[in-house]
Amino acid sequence: MTRSAASTPPARPAGNLRAQLRRAERMRKLRAVALVAPLALFLVIVFVVPIGSMLWRSVDNSELASVMPQTAAALQQWDGTGLPDEAAMAAFAAELRDSRRGGGLGRIGRRLNYEDTGYRGLLMRTLRGLPAAGESIDDWTTALTEIDAAWGETATWLGIQRTAPPTTDRYMLASLDLERGADGEIQRVDAGDRLYQAVFQRTMVIAGGVTLICLALGFPLAYLLATLPAKTSNLLMILVLLPFWTSLLVRTAAWIILLQSNGLANQSLMALGLIESPLQLVFNRIGVFFAMVHILLPFMVLPLYSVMKGISPSYQRAAVSLGAHPFAAFWQVYVPQTVSGVAAGTILVFIMALGYYITPALVGGPADQMVSYYVAYYTNTTNNWGMAAALGSILLVVTLLLYLVYHRLVNRRQLIRR
Amino acid sequence: MPDNNSRTQAPLIRFDAVQKTYDGETLVVKDLNLAIHEGEFVTLLGPSGSGKTTCLMMLAGFENPTGGDIYLGDQRLNTVPPHKRNFGMVFQNYALFPHMTVEENIRYPLRTRRLPAAEADRKVAGILDMIKLGEFAGRRPAQLSGGQQQRVALARALVFEPRLILMDEPLGALDKQLREHMQLEIKQLHEQLGLTVVFVTHDQSEALTMSDRVAVFNDGVIQQIDTPQALYEHPANTFVAQFIGENNTLPGRIESVAGEQCRVRFGDDHVTGALVGPGLASGDATQLSIRPERIKLDGASRDLANRLQARVCEFIYLGDHLRIRLALAGNDQFVARVPVAEFQSSMQAGDLVEVGWRDEDVRALDMPGPQ
Repeated sequence: MTRSAASTPPARPAGNLRAQLRRAERMRKLRAVALVAPLALFLVIVFVVPIGSMLWRSVDNSELASVMPQTAAALQQWDGTGLPDEAAMAAFAAELRDSRRGGGLGRIGRRLNYEDTGYRGLLMRTLRGLPAAGESIDDWTTALTEIDAAWGETATWLGIQRTAPPTTDRYMLASLDLERGADGEIQRVDAGDRLYQAVFQRTMVIAGGVTLICLALGFPLAYLLATLPAKTSNLLMILVLLPFWTSLLVRTAAWIILLQSNGLANQSLMALGLIESPLQLVFNRIGVFFAMVHILLPFMVLPLYSVMKGISPSYQRAAVSLGAHPFAAFWQVYVPQTVSGVAAGTILVFIMALGYYITPALVGGPADQMVSYYVAYYTNTTNNWGMAAALGSILLVVTLLLYLVYHRLVNRRQLIRR
Repeated sequence: MPDNNSRTQAPLIRFDAVQKTYDGETLVVKDLNLAIHEGEFVTLLGPSGSGKTTCLMMLAGFENPTGGDIYLGDQRLNTVPPHKRNFGMVFQNYALFPHMTVEENIRYPLRTRRLPAAEADRKVAGILDMIKLGEFAGRRPAQLSGGQQQRVALARALVFEPRLILMDEPLGALDKQLREHMQLEIKQLHEQLGLTVVFVTHDQSEALTMSDRVAVFNDGVIQQIDTPQALYEHPANTFVAQFIGENNTLPGRIESVAGEQCRVRFGDDHVTGALVGPGLASGDATQLSIRPERIKLDGASRDLANRLQARVCEFIYLGDHLRIRLALAGNDQFVARVPVAEFQSSMQAGDLVEVGWRDEDVRALDMPGPQ
């Protein structure tokens, strides 16, 4: 009897089991959530929110609408022909008078100056010429035109109308050397004013070049580290990590001292009789490559090393025992297994290099400045947050796209693991 | 059983006074002389650090001998780089290339030999068929089980028809059942294809199962090289007796030697007849070696020449046989092995029993020095 009971356990409904499992897992899940919650919160505050607000600032156009809400609303109704109607003119005059309080005048002045550099002066002149607040004016069109003839021109009002909607694409377009013409069509800016396409191209070339040099220098080094006995490789690893012990600024400054016209490098080469006059090694592209490769090399070596450390030497031995020349064994059997390390190293170095600012600013010439230099310029010098945000957003998007393409390429060659 | 005719032919591989040191101070392999004949399955057996793997690596060309020569026929191999030796090798962890499919792995040695595609296709298909993994040709090694990976590694080492197959503990990573299955499979391949195999292992039962001859290594020296049966039944010294199979030892002193026979005094004044081991003479200290299955108990020991009393310490039931641990002549780890079918006694732990053995079942071997 007992045996038959043991062989047929009481059947439980599946739903009951599932509920039991959920109950058993609940505590564990809660604990996991509690453990990651501080980090998640931290990331939201310092990462998601700032990036979101930066992306928003690149299309933000709220200056006019916040300082002159009625004017902005009225101008958005205007069809853009002739002049705005009397009500719009009256609202504009009243809100212009009020804008002196709280710095609103400065904000719309700066914003309107991006449309045309004459606006700030025009606003100032108009403000001075406005009749006193109590005076009733029947015809604001005439009154404004009398203060400044510009108010009688459609183009002046069209410029203000462009700043009325809550969002704009002008920063984004400007970051790509594009603008909207008088007819609203997108067109390229004048050849003399083009800048950012070249800057983006230069940023990619420098970042790509630095990545390739780092790979060429880092791969043999990582291989050596991974194959040497632990004692020697640990010592060499300390040397690889040594640059991290010094501040980035100090290292960059050191390169200037080494590479300048009468610096150590030039003096040594001249003493050896290899060159007759000093080479220009710093404040140009060469200096940028020297300094950036020096700083970024560990970021290539470390992922390569960790992948190579896990590749058993028996693979190459097996290939050799099967008749492959040692070089062929290395190339056909070893190198393909390092793909994930190469991928990690190159993407790490490339993305870090894309954002380099201080180093090119110190050891590069004017033609070696990268996108982040202009981002810094707009945030620190001209206070044009829209342009800074647009340049940053485009860099972010380009980087993400490149990363996706790269990920696809590498993944296709990646080993299939169970 | 090895074919005795082959001994008269020139060996395929010959180690001549080979030495190897890694640090310039201690020899890992000391004066190794070994001949391997065509078609033979030779196992290098020994504990770890005994020099057996170093020997295999020197044969494969991954290590260079620091003294002596290795010959393939009459060609001196020392200076031939490993990729030109044309030996198939199976590694301990298989070393299947993880980024290649099964088929690409097996094709690799044909690729390095620049074989025409059609011929390579035919060979790869043939060997895939032989290891019964045709349907897995497009898979990656990581998608195969341990046994399947093992077969692929074997196929890759066989596909270019090398003169010699080297195997470095190839079954170490498999579970017991699969290991025993693969042992037979490799053994069958060896017989079917007439392969010459040098096999390294530290598992003595594996060595006994598969080999024509086994070279037992210890401390960089071949202790004995012989057929499995000879190794088990006529061990040349105490190390071999201990390493191959289970063994009981009793220390004693040789009193007299007469031809192959000798008399040995041991314990508290017991004397037994024994077969005398190599290099031993009257008056020498000796280690008596007796296999557990040769020991008879109680009634079964009645007619035997050598009998003494022992105390039963412990019974261990192992299904087909019983291991009975006894204390006799000062040794309480003395084990007798009795088939369960023959054991019907009411014997209990603590009882005194009569123990006996024949003269021919005891060997007087060297007394190992302190190690």
